[in-house]
Amino acid sequence: MSEQISVHILDSTLRDGSHALSHQFTAEQVARVARGLDQAGIEMIEVSHGDGLGGSTVTYGFSKQSELELLEAASSVIERGKLAVLLLPGIGTKDDLKMARDLGAKVAQIATHVTEADVAQQHIELAKSMGMEVVGMLMLSHMGSPEKIAEQGKLMERYGADVVLVTDSAGALLPPTVRERVRALRDAIQIGVGFHGHNNLSMAVANSITAIEEGARWIDACTCGLGAGSGNTPTEVLVAVLDKLGYSSGIDLWKIMDVAEDIVRPLMQKPVRIGKASLTMGYAGVYSSFLLHADKAAQQFGVDPRDVLVEVGKRRAVGGQEDILVEIAMTLAQKNAEVEASPSRRLA
Amino acid sequence: MEQIRAAILGSGNIGTDLMYKLKRSHSLRPTIMAGIIPESEGLARARQQGLAITTDGIEGLLKQKDSFELVFDATTASAHKQHAPMLRAAGKIAIDLTPAAVGPYVVPLVNLEGHVGEPNVNLVSCGGQATVPLVSAMRSASPVEYAEIVATIASKSAGPGTRQNIDEFTDTTARGLQRIGGASKGKAIIVLNPAEPPILMRNTIYGIVEESDPEELRKSIEEMVARIQEYVPGYRLRAKPLIEDFPGRQQKKVTLYVEVEGAGDYLPQYAGNLDIMTSAAVKVGEEIGKHLRAGTWKRDRSEARL
Repeated sequence: MSEQISVHILDSTLRDGSHALSHQFTAEQVARVARGLDQAGIEMIEVSHGDGLGGSTVTYGFSKQSELELLEAASSVIERGKLAVLLLPGIGTKDDLKMARDLGAKVAQIATHVTEADVAQQHIELAKSMGMEVVGMLMLSHMGSPEKIAEQGKLMERYGADVVLVTDSAGALLPPTVRERVRALRDAIQIGVGFHGHNNLSMAVANSITAIEEGARWIDACTCGLGAGSGNTPTEVLVAVLDKLGYSSGIDLWKIMDVAEDIVRPLMQKPVRIGKASLTMGYAGVYSSFLLHADKAAQQFGVDPRDVLVEVGKRRAVGGQEDILVEIAMTLAQKNAEVEASPSRRLA
Repeated sequence: MEQIRAAILGSGNIGTDLMYKLKRSHSLRPTIMAGIIPESEGLARARQQGLAITTDGIEGLLKQKDSFELVFDATTASAHKQHAPMLRAAGKIAIDLTPAAVGPYVVPLVNLEGHVGEPNVNLVSCGGQATVPLVSAMRSASPVEYAEIVATIASKSAGPGTRQNIDEFTDTTARGLQRIGGASKGKAIIVLNPAEPPILMRNTIYGIVEESDPEELRKSIEEMVARIQEYVPGYRLRAKPLIEDFPGRQQKKVTLYVEVEGAGDYLPQYAGNLDIMTSAAVKVGEEIGKHLRAGTWKRDRSEARL
């Protein structure tokens, strides 16, 4: 019998899940969730603002409690696993990364748009020099061809990353498009390969399994799927599926189910589900983190959030451009008002 | 009017674009361009435009030091750190477009008068030039507790220097929002967008300001935009200033959407982020020129420096 393949799981409930709670996690909640995840055997537990360290802003939403307090809370309860953080160059800085390292973070996920890996060089190098494990993330991977992903992954490898993730920020990839991207990356680099999925088209678990079949060994997931857009790959479901397929994750299935049901679900302000707006995101290929910002802006200006998202797609907006949602909603509302007021409309 | 003579150090994209802008200036005249790559297109164009050229960089330039008063340095931060003391020793005023920041940060219309007499001034960052004046405009209507900007630029307009040290942009711009814009706290974000055709530079500026008269705020902002347009014609608000109550506090949140289209002198039009640097540099040069003609570009020790 061949040896069981192990898959490294990073649980991002306390980072990607922060989007779904509009960044309102308290230190007490973070400690409770992190303790549960740690006791269930999660290898990497990620804690950050949804948009990464330094993301607490007008643009992305202010955190209820400072990153420092949240990281301290997690650090104080994690015994077996490793504390992880996310940083998006351009939003967070090297100082944020140093702060996280000082608070006990051992894994740094450094994320860039799929074509812009070279902005991550200084942060990857710093994290490595501080002895951290580095996971490079190529966001909105559906916008890059397999060749582009291979090229950008090589850059991250050269800067010192230990792993590169095909990152489906829009939940727009399907098994065939996951397969070709993971394969291209695996063929191009010597370091680890992984996948970060979103569930906007209900494909997160299936896509993760496809990635594993192609050699990905690092998978991001969130308990209860708590994450941006329609949420992420649900950790407890992934663990069950991996178990049935004969992969090992080191995670206790009953315990992670308990964490999901008893600790995380009660924190959810509304169920993470595939609603019409988040489905539109997967369909149109829009950054999942835009969801609540688009909803809010659409409501403020009385327009359909789907129209806002379609316009975002037309403008080829990338991660981090949350600032344009209000402007788009405002412009759409003005256009609608002009149409209402135009003489041709009155005659019709 | 007696024109002040200017040298351009650096024959790359920025130096070349700067040359065309200087050619249009009434009060400045570009006389020489210094590069280190003999076959560079910038030097060829400079020669075509009637400038003297040297391929020996700063040394070549200083051999002809009687032909200019001002030097625009459009090389790199590390090169400028070497150039700065040499230019100073030669008695030349340096306008530094690199991130070296040897001299104080200056933003035209906002704080140049506080640095009269400085031998070396630095232009902050493209994001700083595009946003600090508007934060300052808010500040003149009401105290600004917090200013935040998101600068989104076309991937094609971000060179390797910017990419390898993106923190320099965020840190420098945030400092500019505070020290020059007058915000108590500042935060800057930069996003690179690879869309084709390339997008124009856009900046979203948020200010959390003390409770104040929205009309006065709006007026101050719109007046500043009009003044910026005098030296950056492609600078515009994409929408009227959005002024809302800031939830839970006796404060207002101001949101401004700015777009910067370049003049297309040498740099492509989408690269408003680069154009605003060369435009601001020329503006700073012209203001310094006024002082030079009036004999007032001297440090007045009796006045506190801003």
